[in-house]
Amino acid sequence: MSTFVAITISGLALGAVYFLVSSGLSLIYGLMDVLNFAHGVFLTLGGYAGWAVAAHMSQQQGWTFIVTAVAATVAGAAVATFTEVLLIRPLYGRPVGQILVTIGLDLALVGLLEGGFGSDSRSIAVPAWLTGVTVTGPERIPNADFVSLGTGLAVLGALTWFLRATRYGIIIRAGAENRDMVRALGIDVGRAFTIVFAVGGAAAGLAGLLNSVAFSSGLIGPTQGDTLLIFAFIVVVIGGLGSINGAAIAAVVVGLVQSYVSFYAKSGAGLSQLGNMSVVIVLAIVLLVRPRGLLGRIA
Amino acid sequence: MTALAVEALDVHASIGGSKVLQGISLNVPSPGFTAILGRNGVGKTTTLRTLIGQVKATSKKGGTAPIRILGHDVAGWPTHKIIRLGVGYIPEDREVFARLTVRENLRLAEFGTAGVGRNANYDQVYALFPELKQRSRQSAGTLSGGQQQMLAIGRVLLADRPLLLIDEPTKGLSPKFVSEAVDVLERVRETATVLMVEQNVHVVRRLAQQVVVLDHGQVAHAGPASELEDESLVRRFLGVSQ
Amino acid sequence: MNSPVLDKLKQRSVLRPVSQPPAAHRTRRIILAIGLAILALIPFIGLSLPSWLLPGPVNIVNSVGTLDVLALGFIFAVVALGYDLLFGFTGLLSLGQVLYFALGAYGLDITLSDWNWPLVPAILATLTAGLVLALLLGAVSLRGTGIAFAMVTLAFAQAMYYLIEDNPHNLTGGDTGLVVSTGRLPSALIGVVSTRNLYWVALALLVASYIVVSVATRSATGKVWLAIRENERRAEVLGFRPYRYKLASFSLGSLLAVAGGMMYLLLVGTASPDSVASTTVTVSILVMVVLGGPGTRWGAVAGAMVYVYLQQYLLKIAAEPSFASMPAPLRVPLSQPDFLLGVIFVLFILFVPGGLSGIRLRKGTRGQ
Repeated sequence: MSTFVAITISGLALGAVYFLVSSGLSLIYGLMDVLNFAHGVFLTLGGYAGWAVAAHMSQQQGWTFIVTAVAATVAGAAVATFTEVLLIRPLYGRPVGQILVTIGLDLALVGLLEGGFGSDSRSIAVPAWLTGVTVTGPERIPNADFVSLGTGLAVLGALTWFLRATRYGIIIRAGAENRDMVRALGIDVGRAFTIVFAVGGAAAGLAGLLNSVAFSSGLIGPTQGDTLLIFAFIVVVIGGLGSINGAAIAAVVVGLVQSYVSFYAKSGAGLSQLGNMSVVIVLAIVLLVRPRGLLGRIA
Repeated sequence: MTALAVEALDVHASIGGSKVLQGISLNVPSPGFTAILGRNGVGKTTTLRTLIGQVKATSKKGGTAPIRILGHDVAGWPTHKIIRLGVGYIPEDREVFARLTVRENLRLAEFGTAGVGRNANYDQVYALFPELKQRSRQSAGTLSGGQQQMLAIGRVLLADRPLLLIDEPTKGLSPKFVSEAVDVLERVRETATVLMVEQNVHVVRRLAQQVVVLDHGQVAHAGPASELEDESLVRRFLGVSQ
Repeated sequence: MNSPVLDKLKQRSVLRPVSQPPAAHRTRRIILAIGLAILALIPFIGLSLPSWLLPGPVNIVNSVGTLDVLALGFIFAVVALGYDLLFGFTGLLSLGQVLYFALGAYGLDITLSDWNWPLVPAILATLTAGLVLALLLGAVSLRGTGIAFAMVTLAFAQAMYYLIEDNPHNLTGGDTGLVVSTGRLPSALIGVVSTRNLYWVALALLVASYIVVSVATRSATGKVWLAIRENERRAEVLGFRPYRYKLASFSLGSLLAVAGGMMYLLLVGTASPDSVASTTVTVSILVMVVLGGPGTRWGAVAGAMVYVYLQQYLLKIAAEPSFASMPAPLRVPLSQPDFLLGVIFVLFILFVPGGLSGIRLRKGTRGQ
């Protein structure tokens, strides 16, 4: 029972990472009908950016992690913006082409990373407090879990505020409903497209860093983002395409299921991948019962 | 010579492979109120959509057809650029954003007016439609059909737009809302040029100065609205039940 | 081909005629026949060619290295054909074909090596298992449309990957994978001579698959697939039940992937999660089909051959000593086949939407 709390927090922290990734995916899909397969590589590049920046700083001061996080976020946003402007925009009107081009980009960039870094992982330098644990009573909870969870909540709040209160937030919400009518009001939706990609990329970059630090022992490798991306896709489908709140709920569910099953199955039948597979089973069940996801519109 | 708000010459348009417009020519005088009439499916909505660039306007040989709006050559322009010339568009099904509030719907229209800080006249809109002010925080999807129409009209009235393209504003509305809409449009007639698609001949008779009748994707008749007094004309082009 | 289905479709003009002018048809057939003849005879061609032309280490046309690469190309052509059926003809963006490929490889290996079955029953059992799984998983996946379908297929494929890695009952060998034990294989397929024979078997499989796919896509069912690809709702309105047709397409395409997987095991002799079950394989197949041109059958074959050839060729170049002397910023990208293929893929999508086949064909004879 004493580890239950730790596992729960770990599951929530994992859910937070999933949310960071799937919120971007969901926004991009909701507004642009593009399924961004390069999202995984935004993640990975964010992690690498964090690694590169952290390597140049002394990790003695506790605040250096913030700089690392900013680097990861900016890297993600930058790559995403380039992607949208150079690859997605020219393919306007060809939705399948847009999806395929993100697949090609993913293939090319991961290949490049593997060439440059080899398949070995790099270790991201972090301040000591991040690798430590907080002991409350019988529980030992990794600090990185708290950071992850806190970041996820903060981003959820920031995104919600952005969508409700800012000009482009309103444009994005309207555009997700009816792009043509937004244009018929005189608004150039193209700028919103770029913003949505940039925001998604930023969240993904940050998620890449957090994933490494909290769930990969600080390691970052070329295929890390793609592996995570599959879970993000599952979260988006379960939560319902185009719904941020759906993504949040589904992310929590998936994170918790994965954590619980992984832990209890490991001690049982020794099927270490059962945690991952259980998520797929949840997906299958949701699809059978409610094809458009928890809060989704038409799938 | 009166200015022309819209000039279109021999416009063809296809939707999903079938030819909808087969040579539409329009000259919409400004100021003025012109109505487009015709049976279902003759291409009235498509005409409006072609004017604002939602549907591609081709000439008979396949190049772009010439269209001038408010004096500008808009062939091939993206929709938002055309709208920014000062065009207001109210589509057939209102197309308000259901998950945004009334106020957010209006704000969206404000974003689309040319130039930042252009004076959006919320007061004027709320004066015309007090119900919108009451329900400004309500989700637009929860409004009744008539209220949504008020919102759709209010959206385009937020800023001064010299040209309004309106598609069947009274469709599906209760008599009370029809009457309200007609009142508003009468007032609008004083400040803007209007090109309106409408099936309801009575509404057209009250508002229009010019009429254009479409049939099979072409202009079958064009002339002053007074000609609508002629019952045989109405029956010939629009069917019996008018 | 007279059928009420076709008549219905023609009446409502859902499809533009899919036939090409007879001259082009015949020319293509002749080219295919000649190509096939050449391929069949390659194992007899002992020509020596310059090393920069061939993908293998030895510079003779019918060397083991060259035959291996070509056979690998055939295998992936089979899988690509199956995928073309799904994606090119029916418009189903499945991202999980690798599941069936892996099933083929691992299934055959387990029945042959672990359970010691003779070859033919092993093949039949694996195919049956593949069909059953395709029907089951397809039924679930097809509950979602478009994007949801894509992601579910991806998820299932990933689950397969995990399952294999987990090594349940010590069947799959986990990360290190399996090696096929040759006890039950006919002697023609083992040993030094085997490469030639395997080459021909792979070629025969490709021909058979091509015929099957051709027949299927030209049949009445095939026309419905095209209708579904163009506009599913319209097909529904016309009275077809898209679900069944999609499931049929899915199952047939997956069966081909199973066949390809089995052939892969026979050719390569080993199977591991990363070589037969990872998403990289799925992406490769997708790239092959898109590069070749979806919906043209031979485009898939061409795309697969080009892709495999390029990949092996690039790997060979990257291993050469002269390559190592290139400056790092140039050498690193060029040594990664994935990077180059990804870039080529992106460029094709941006500038050559019809793929390789699109360059030759003029107006939309594919009904696109």
